[in-house]
Amino acid sequence: MTPSSRLDTTFAALADPTRRAILARLALGEASVTELAQPFAMSQPAISKHLKMLERAGLISRGRDAQRRPCRLEPQALADANGWLEGYRQFWETTFQRLDLLLDEMKAETGQSAMNPKGMNPRGKNPKGE
Amino acid sequence: MTTADLSVSTPSDREVLMTRLFDAPRELVFEAMSRPELLKRWLSGPPGWSLQHCEIDLRVGGNFRHVWHGPDGAVMGMGGIYREIARPERIVRTELFDQDWTGGEAIATLVLTEQAGKTELALTVLYSSREARDGALKSGMKEGVAASYGKLDTLFAERQQAA
Repeated sequence: MTPSSRLDTTFAALADPTRRAILARLALGEASVTELAQPFAMSQPAISKHLKMLERAGLISRGRDAQRRPCRLEPQALADANGWLEGYRQFWETTFQRLDLLLDEMKAETGQSAMNPKGMNPRGKNPKGE
Repeated sequence: MTTADLSVSTPSDREVLMTRLFDAPRELVFEAMSRPELLKRWLSGPPGWSLQHCEIDLRVGGNFRHVWHGPDGAVMGMGGIYREIARPERIVRTELFDQDWTGGEAIATLVLTEQAGKTELALTVLYSSREARDGALKSGMKEGVAASYGKLDTLFAERQQAA
């Protein structure tokens, strides 16, 4: 898989709430399918289907023990997906910080015009228009 | 305010959801997001870019158009049509970049919720496909976001001098 299609698969796998809950459980330690199925009102085959998607996305791996085949979290795929979103998040955080500054100014001006019933901009002309 | 309160998530294959808290009443946030002279102050784009042209016809069926200018004469344009406007809480509009790197129109839904003088912004962008959504997410990285902190530092420094 190319890095990009791997990320597509990761995002698709993360889009489902059950799969995110499974990952949250595995963050606490490895677990078998039976253990994973317990908190969900789902059959083991349904859980297995979710596990297959997570495995294909590289988010989890399965142990070789034929009986139990424990699932464990593979943190790297999740870290890659986060890193990707992080660039986008940082761009918007920077943009929104500029908006914070503007809003501060707007709040200050609103406060001043409340004190001045004519609502004149303090940097503008005086109330007589001079 | 902390700088870590912006959350970005992907609620479905085709969507990006951003939520962010602003320390201002939502009337002001709504104004800042819909008046051209105010948008030019903060929606300047990646480092080295500025929002040069901003036209907004804020009514259902009205158009908006943004044009950013960047280094070496680069130009990036984007526009769309307003579908819903409920001042000061909700705007739904279509968005399309001139270069159409998102593979068709996206639909942006802005929801502002006020609580105790602060405003939570929730912006959902629904893209035409998962590929389009992923392309948009990747663009944030491509633009070299780290450098934009320099510009922000300048802004903070200016404000501290003014204060």
